Amino acid sequence: MPIELVFTVAVQGILTGLVYGLMALGLSVIFGVVRVVNFAHGEMMTIASYAAIVAFGAWNIDPLVAMVPIAVILFAVGYMLQAVLINPFINRPEHSQFILLAAVAIIMVNGLLMIFGPDARNVLVDYALDSIEIGPLLVDKVRVITAALALLIAAGLFAFFKLTRTGRAIRACADNYLGALVVGLNVKKLYALTFGIGSACVGAAGAMMTLLIDTTPNLGPAFTLQAFVIVIIGGLGSMPGALLGGVLIGLSEAMSGLFFAPSAKTMFGVGILILVLLFRPQGLLGRKI
Amino acid sequence: MISRLVDGVPRRALILLGLFLALLLVAPLLVDGYILSILILVLYFAYTGQAWNVMMGFAGQLSLGHSLYVGVAAYTAAALYVHFGIGPWAGVWLAILISVACGLFIGFLAFRFGISGVYFALLTIAFAEFTRVGFDHFDWVNGSGGFFLPVTQYSVNDPLNLRGAPVMFYYILLAITVLAFLFCRWLLTGRIGYYWLAIREEPEAAQTLGINVFRYKMIAVAISAGMTALSGVFFAFYYNNLFPEQIFSMSRSIELILGPIIGGIGSLFGPILGAVVLTVLAESVTEIMHALGYDIPGIKQVFYGLCLLVVIIYLPNGIWPPLRKRLGLGDHS
Repeated sequence: MPIELVFTVAVQGILTGLVYGLMALGLSVIFGVVRVVNFAHGEMMTIASYAAIVAFGAWNIDPLVAMVPIAVILFAVGYMLQAVLINPFINRPEHSQFILLAAVAIIMVNGLLMIFGPDARNVLVDYALDSIEIGPLLVDKVRVITAALALLIAAGLFAFFKLTRTGRAIRACADNYLGALVVGLNVKKLYALTFGIGSACVGAAGAMMTLLIDTTPNLGPAFTLQAFVIVIIGGLGSMPGALLGGVLIGLSEAMSGLFFAPSAKTMFGVGILILVLLFRPQGLLGRKI
Repeated sequence: MISRLVDGVPRRALILLGLFLALLLVAPLLVDGYILSILILVLYFAYTGQAWNVMMGFAGQLSLGHSLYVGVAAYTAAALYVHFGIGPWAGVWLAILISVACGLFIGFLAFRFGISGVYFALLTIAFAEFTRVGFDHFDWVNGSGGFFLPVTQYSVNDPLNLRGAPVMFYYILLAITVLAFLFCRWLLTGRIGYYWLAIREEPEAAQTLGINVFRYKMIAVAISAGMTALSGVFFAFYYNNLFPEQIFSMSRSIELILGPIIGGIGSLFGPILGAVVLTVLAESVTEIMHALGYDIPGIKQVFYGLCLLVVIIYLPNGIWPPLRKRLGLGDHS
């Protein structure tokens, strides 16, 4: 096998992995702060994807532009979800929270199925087939753009959590729930804000994803699982970990597609997950549990 | 031993239970084929829910990957039957053995390394997914193309090979479900039941009291996996076709556990009630939608999801615990 091909596929995998990373970043932020596992994460991403497809089909808006309003809409959806449904469940046992979000996920997947049907849809922008030459490698233009945007959004998020007052307040809630209450933070509102931010991430990722893959309603559960795999590999609650996990999964998918069968790609991701859970359960970049 | 099963159970509860069982026994005589198929589905979910409940409801270990045990057992029994002509009642033992081995393997890895809660649940999903993709590429059982059992005409019932009419499957499944119910009652009222209760509520305190937490968690996983294996074998011989995509899928695992969660986790009658409510609900929604002429794919599941949402918000402990309080039946049912 020519070495250029291997490198090209690897680079493509890493670039796709950064978009996966952005999706997983949303999940990681939510779990890190709210301590609720969002079982509807992939489903929220497919909602964003369909929004991008509709925007392109109806008004010919490029998904990379539509991404901004879609992220805002998903922010509102996430904020409401936390404020209305999840906040009353904060002190309930894990399996209750799980059922709540599983129910939300079932409604989302099948709602999309009712509206759009089971067929795969995609967005064909005029630069979809362009590629960029990097030395001897030929890389898809859309992958380079989406990966760069994913990195940019992630950087913005890091800055928000490090530098702004609200970001610091949210981190305080994550570190010490009781302490945050004592110093007078409105924890429930900050939780809703966090869920909104995580949802906005997944919204942006969903809009970008339409340029990379075909969308069907059934992608939702698959991407929920994918996001879990990534986040646990990187470390639940660790933001750089989510990006690293995304890149690893993107790379392993690309490599397994090249060397084995593309249908076996999830097995490698899940295999890495099992190894990580057993030997470093806090994840590659996570803090000790 | 018999006395332990009925000790402390109010007389009214026993009478109600007897009436319920009698109704189930005569039901096939009263209903048509369609209702019978729904009753089989109800029993299937009741039994499997009971099996899952041993692990989650009794010992407090959340497994979201029980489709793994169903699938592995179904494939084992089916492959033995198709490839070697070994009947299900012999094959079921190997199926149980393999399922229990899978459960012990996952349990050993998880409990040894102190993985619990969300992480344990995700590990069980991961193993089920891993196995699913593995079976997709497992040519001996025809990979993702699906594995089929030879379908017989329903003229003669052959219970020894589990080939025959739905009525036969109904009675076999009913017997298994009743035995599982008694077995769980026996477990719950014995020493092991109290150990599990302690581990579920306060693992550290249980450890301090000298309970071998690791061992009793492993026993819970083994019993749960072994019981679930039986429903896998039943599934294979009732439906006669197996696809890794379906039998190992995460949504199948979730489907299995909705019954006990809706019915009431940790209770004995909860999984049964949950299975009845969910299956009847799902079927009636299909019927109503069909009658109204709305045959849109997905509409049934949306309604299903909404019902789940309502139950989980307003009845956090499931339907059975408040109901049994109203009926004046004891806490251990």
